[in-house]
Amino acid sequence: MDRRTSLRWMLAAAASLPLGDARFSPAHAAAGKSAVPYGADPGLLEIYHPGDLWPLTFTPAQRAQAALLCDAIIPADATSPSASAVGVVDFIDEWISAPYPRQQEDRKLVLEGFAWFEAEASRRYSKPAAALSTEQRHAICDDICYLPKAKAEFAEAAKFFARFRDLTAGGFYTTPQGRKDLQYVGNVPLKQFDGPPREVLEKVGLA
Amino acid sequence: MAMVTAETAARGKYDVIVVGSGAGGGQTAYTLSMNGASVLMLEAGRRYDPERETAMFQTPEMAPLRATSTPEKPFGFYDATVDGGWQVPGEPYTQASTEKSRRFEWWRARMLGGRTNHWGRIALRNGPYDFKPYSRDGLGFDWPISYEDMAPYYDKVEMLVGIYGANDGLENTPNSPDGCLLPPPKPIVSDLLVQKHTAKLGFPTVACHRAVLTAPLDWKNAPAKLHPGNAVAQDILARDMRKRSPCFWATPCGHGCSIRANYQSTTVHLPPALETGKLDIVTDAMVAEVVLAKDGRASGVRFVDKHTGASREARARVVVLAASACETARILLNSKSAQFPQGLANSSGKVGRYIMDTVGSDLDGQIPLLENLPPHNEEGASGLHMYVPWWGYRMQKAHKLAFPRGYHIEFTGGRRMPGFGTAGGLEWLSGGSYGAKFKEDARRYYGSFLGFSGRGEMIPNEQSFCEIDPQVKDKWGIPVLRFHWQWSEHEIRQARHMQKTFADLIESMGGRVKGQAQTTGDGAIHAGGNIIHEVGGTLMGSDPAKSVLNKWCRAWDVNNLFVTDGAPFPSNADKNPTLTIMANAWRVADHILERMQRKEL
Repeated sequence: MDRRTSLRWMLAAAASLPLGDARFSPAHAAAGKSAVPYGADPGLLEIYHPGDLWPLTFTPAQRAQAALLCDAIIPADATSPSASAVGVVDFIDEWISAPYPRQQEDRKLVLEGFAWFEAEASRRYSKPAAALSTEQRHAICDDICYLPKAKAEFAEAAKFFARFRDLTAGGFYTTPQGRKDLQYVGNVPLKQFDGPPREVLEKVGLA
Repeated sequence: MAMVTAETAARGKYDVIVVGSGAGGGQTAYTLSMNGASVLMLEAGRRYDPERETAMFQTPEMAPLRATSTPEKPFGFYDATVDGGWQVPGEPYTQASTEKSRRFEWWRARMLGGRTNHWGRIALRNGPYDFKPYSRDGLGFDWPISYEDMAPYYDKVEMLVGIYGANDGLENTPNSPDGCLLPPPKPIVSDLLVQKHTAKLGFPTVACHRAVLTAPLDWKNAPAKLHPGNAVAQDILARDMRKRSPCFWATPCGHGCSIRANYQSTTVHLPPALETGKLDIVTDAMVAEVVLAKDGRASGVRFVDKHTGASREARARVVVLAASACETARILLNSKSAQFPQGLANSSGKVGRYIMDTVGSDLDGQIPLLENLPPHNEEGASGLHMYVPWWGYRMQKAHKLAFPRGYHIEFTGGRRMPGFGTAGGLEWLSGGSYGAKFKEDARRYYGSFLGFSGRGEMIPNEQSFCEIDPQVKDKWGIPVLRFHWQWSEHEIRQARHMQKTFADLIESMGGRVKGQAQTTGDGAIHAGGNIIHEVGGTLMGSDPAKSVLNKWCRAWDVNNLFVTDGAPFPSNADKNPTLTIMANAWRVADHILERMQRKEL
């Protein structure tokens, strides 16, 4: 079997996970619920958590893999915690489990990507992905982190990585910790709106 | 609130039935009820209470999918619109063509307040040219009225609703008299940067006009100006104006506004109208047709009570349709009788004809000058503080441009509430970074983007219309609309010009265009219906053979049937239609009141 065929085979196996199958849902989350859309008139004032609306997908192994990749993309630093520390894995699980066309495309991409990463870890280092050293994980990521420069054999994996990075960033920067990391200071009522401070205008050459 | 059941509505005796509760229906019901007429408003969607239901301070992590859009919530989870979008379950519409460019995507909002729950609050006056476009360039149609006819009503609506803006004295961009406008919010840094660079390229950036209270309304003086000699109306309005809070410079307008600082029909028009005791509202009441009396006048409407599925009739001396342009056309086309086999008010054959949207085209850029700015609050009034009004009237007059009508530029920048896409798709700048470098890149580029949107005038054409689909019915048994659509060269060339202008602007600021400016107009222009500025379909005119309505928006064929949404518009200027819908509705409602007083109705 050539590499391309073996990859397809692996990916097909991963993609065959049925949407919303309770076997792949954590026990606490919406077990037994089928994945139905929230409808055109959902409760806007409720606070929602992953798993509230539709069953989640990740197996424990997939959760672990998601966490490693999320944190390769957004690690903890002096300013803010890592992506996995603020619930981004749960968010991505919620996302790929959602019954909408865009999310179902991402589901395929993400689960196939995980399978590819596992196969690649095995091929390069004869190890499960979870057992890779940081350097080894980065060596794989370096090959797939930028589609325009990725070798042809890594093109599909690079598409997966680009989308996984967007999902990770989307999850992270919409948390209070992510907003703080960007030094976002809005959404607080003000008596008046003063416009930009002088130092801002000076920096942009408009003072 | 005088919210009534379908049963009560069907038993009632009213002066006027108003179909629809958005900008047109809201203004019509307001003007009529404040002047003593009894009004029944029918809304096809559910009751909606913005003070109780608005998710004002909710942030993305509290919502499913970080509040991103889905087919059910096309503008994101927290958009105030419920039961609305380009698809409404059980209420389909069809397309005459399978070609993508010939489709019209029909946006609806089945809820109290209609589309006023989703809009940018951009409230621009049409200028004098916009009422006489045919006279100016020989294309499309003139309005049977002039700017001078509409101006007093623009004044009134601005005072009632609360519109911020400034008077810049620019060509075909009218000033408002003193006392009409609220002060514009201070520009944010990207506004000033755009202003500097548009000036270099020879066009202006000025304060936008939006329906947001930047200061309290003038509750001491405005009521007397709006309702002279009507002490009851003045008192109701003064009290209601005091209940509206000015903007507190936080939360997105699109979530709705429970403090009533911005305009939705439900925060501005309906509360005082209900306070008069003259307005009854029935929700979940889907109007199917206008019912004719034996003498050829409209006797009322037949509607479906969505709670029971039962068909009912409501009666009044006057019927006003404000159901949204295409829905109004649909109701008329479905109002068939022996006397009017082609639908009501359709002896000209023009009902459903000349539907229009706005030409839309967008381009984003990244501006290095705006990177790594010191943190500061840039939310302001949540929407546009400034915009670029159309600057090319003289060039067009001199035939120096390849398209005849104008567009304005809306642009968005600033350190906004981070959303799902804030640090997404950064590869084109970051070279695919991940890890610590990615976090630095996200900080660096946050707030450094500017998005430009052109919003331009479409000229009505023979290929863009709606008709009744001969087969398909909605879940209420009402025949649905089938759409025909085509942009003409005028719009496609205009969209191409937008792309070039935006690319020039971005590059002038030292920025980089995201993706590529579209050099073919086909690639640049949004699909029909996407901008949700649907107007036309029952045009007003001066010739009964060529138009559906007279200059008072009364059906030529039916003495007591009026239209006050966007359907009567003979043209669709680049100025967003909502303010003109409201001004025109007030004008028509005044006319109805006068005719009722003269016992003509």
